[in-house]
Amino acid sequence: MSLLKSREAILALAMLLLLAVIASRFPGFVAPRNLAGVFTDTSPLILLALGQMVVILTKCIDLSVAANLALCGMIAALMDGMGVPLPLILLAVLALGAALGAANGALVWLLGIPSIVVTLGTMTIYRGTIFLLTGGAWINAHQMSASFKAFPRAVFLGLPVMAWIAIAVVAVMAVVMTRTPLGRAFYAVGGNPHAAVYTGISVGRTQFAAFVIAGALAGLTGYLWVARYAVAYVDIAGGFELDVVAACVIGGIAIAGGAGTVAGCVMGALFLGIIKNALPVVGISPFWQMAISGSAILIAIAFNARKRDPGRIILKQAEHRT
Amino acid sequence: MKLLKTLMTGAAALSLMATTASAEEMRIALVVKALGIGFFEAANKGAQEAAEELGDVEIIYTGPTDTTAEGQIEVINSLIAQRVDAIAISANDTDALVPTLKKAMDRGITVISWDSGVAPEGRQMQLNPSSSPLIGNMIIKLAADHLPDGGDVAVLSATTTSTNQNVWIEEMNKVAGDYPNVNVVATVYGDDLADKSYREAQGLMQTYPDLKAIIAPTSVGIVAAAQAVTDAGKIGEVNVTGLGLPSEMAGHVESGASESFAIWNPIDLGYSATMIAYHLAKGDATAEPGATIPIGRMGEVTLDENSEAAMADPFVYDASNVEEFSSIF
Repeated sequence: MSLLKSREAILALAMLLLLAVIASRFPGFVAPRNLAGVFTDTSPLILLALGQMVVILTKCIDLSVAANLALCGMIAALMDGMGVPLPLILLAVLALGAALGAANGALVWLLGIPSIVVTLGTMTIYRGTIFLLTGGAWINAHQMSASFKAFPRAVFLGLPVMAWIAIAVVAVMAVVMTRTPLGRAFYAVGGNPHAAVYTGISVGRTQFAAFVIAGALAGLTGYLWVARYAVAYVDIAGGFELDVVAACVIGGIAIAGGAGTVAGCVMGALFLGIIKNALPVVGISPFWQMAISGSAILIAIAFNARKRDPGRIILKQAEHRT
Repeated sequence: MKLLKTLMTGAAALSLMATTASAEEMRIALVVKALGIGFFEAANKGAQEAAEELGDVEIIYTGPTDTTAEGQIEVINSLIAQRVDAIAISANDTDALVPTLKKAMDRGITVISWDSGVAPEGRQMQLNPSSSPLIGNMIIKLAADHLPDGGDVAVLSATTTSTNQNVWIEEMNKVAGDYPNVNVVATVYGDDLADKSYREAQGLMQTYPDLKAIIAPTSVGIVAAAQAVTDAGKIGEVNVTGLGLPSEMAGHVESGASESFAIWNPIDLGYSATMIAYHLAKGDATAEPGATIPIGRMGEVTLDENSEAAMADPFVYDASNVEEFSSIF
């Protein structure tokens, strides 16, 4: 536990350092209002990274989250066009996202196909479905209702609803991961699948649950994304799945499964979010920006690899429970 | 080349005979990528306008039901069988249509391409909606038009490697001297991703508090920048302009985030393509490098060494006409 804590402490320190460097070049960046803006902007990444974290913990990976987001976002925009009220749209995207995630999970669980292959396939299918639904047409700002676009932007206690949703999901996930049998099952399945089976945990079903969670979060984020940028088309959030995986890796989620925390994951996402938001204002040549983002990811991974402790006993808690 | 020339003169001569033989009506086929696309329906509107103006022209507006080269080949074959006088095509494939179009030219049919071109062997000339220098000039002019006192403007492009955007920005910088009040302070890249473009636009407004306009010569970028300006509460302070589609920009023009933007006008394009096809088929103009062909109310076009011509400046859309065009494309 102390090791994990120290890893997150290191990440927090790195973030503060990063902020200091940015502030030295562009002081306005660390103004509270701007930082709140950065957090809001990073909310979609946090939401998806939390879902991805759960999946990675169970030794799987979900490459279809961005496509899932795009499809659910498009469906949300289409439903809005048909005059469906917002609460129903929110429920629908959550359900649809979960169903798309469940499709991934079922293929992994019941057919035993490696998750990277399954989600690579469904990623293309989900994007293709958007094309089939729309014929490649865009849904634009003036075709969306005002309330549809306003909801994520509505300010409540100083922060937009979008940021509050991210905070709420972080809180729920923190409780689920540390205080529920399901949360512990995710760690157990990734940490040592064989041992998990002996303790009565179904590996496949746990992985299925992880995909459903990731899918539902992607669906919800789909609506938020489309409403925030006020445009929906086939390619929205193209390549975003890699940012999501990167956020998890930076946050210290072991890509081999079994280790990682909600706090680390959120910080990993924030770290990337700060870089993404700072690069345009600190005046670094765009030709360098990608190289800088990439280096940050590599450094973080190198750090995590060095710090990895192979002898951690994960099932200690689960043993007491069962 | 020589063969091509003989073919073309042969085609012109033949079509001349064809027209004199069939007397009054000249039949020009406007072949589009697919039926039912607003952009092309609008082009047809322009073609009908040209036909009315010319008087002795019948427009056959046709195309496949989906955007495939095979579909267009079928359509062209049937047009050859109908012995039309001219074919003006927006192609689904640069090369695949060449053999069929060659066959049409062998039969004495005038063939030109417009909008999306065909390889030089498969057509007599290509009509581009605009040209890079015209676009480069237009995007900075759009910003300057709404800045009587001048000020800082920034460019939000697609990716660092997008050929089109880079050429347009280069052309824009060449003529920037003509707009001494307008000060281009930065070029940033949104990678044609809505979220990155939005963030870059936000960054521009933070880095340059006196920014007066954002020029985005990309349809993803212009929409994202307009949304970023709206969310930052800077409507009226920062004008978003550049290249976009009326259907995508209508909301942002209405909100005031964008005073005006530009893109080709499909009506003018259909009109000009018809005019060119008419004059070539009639034989009172030839399609060869350096030739000048009149295009009615749009003036005239001059062919370059590849027998391509640029129609006009991109057409400017603002609050007065965006509503009308937003239903078209």
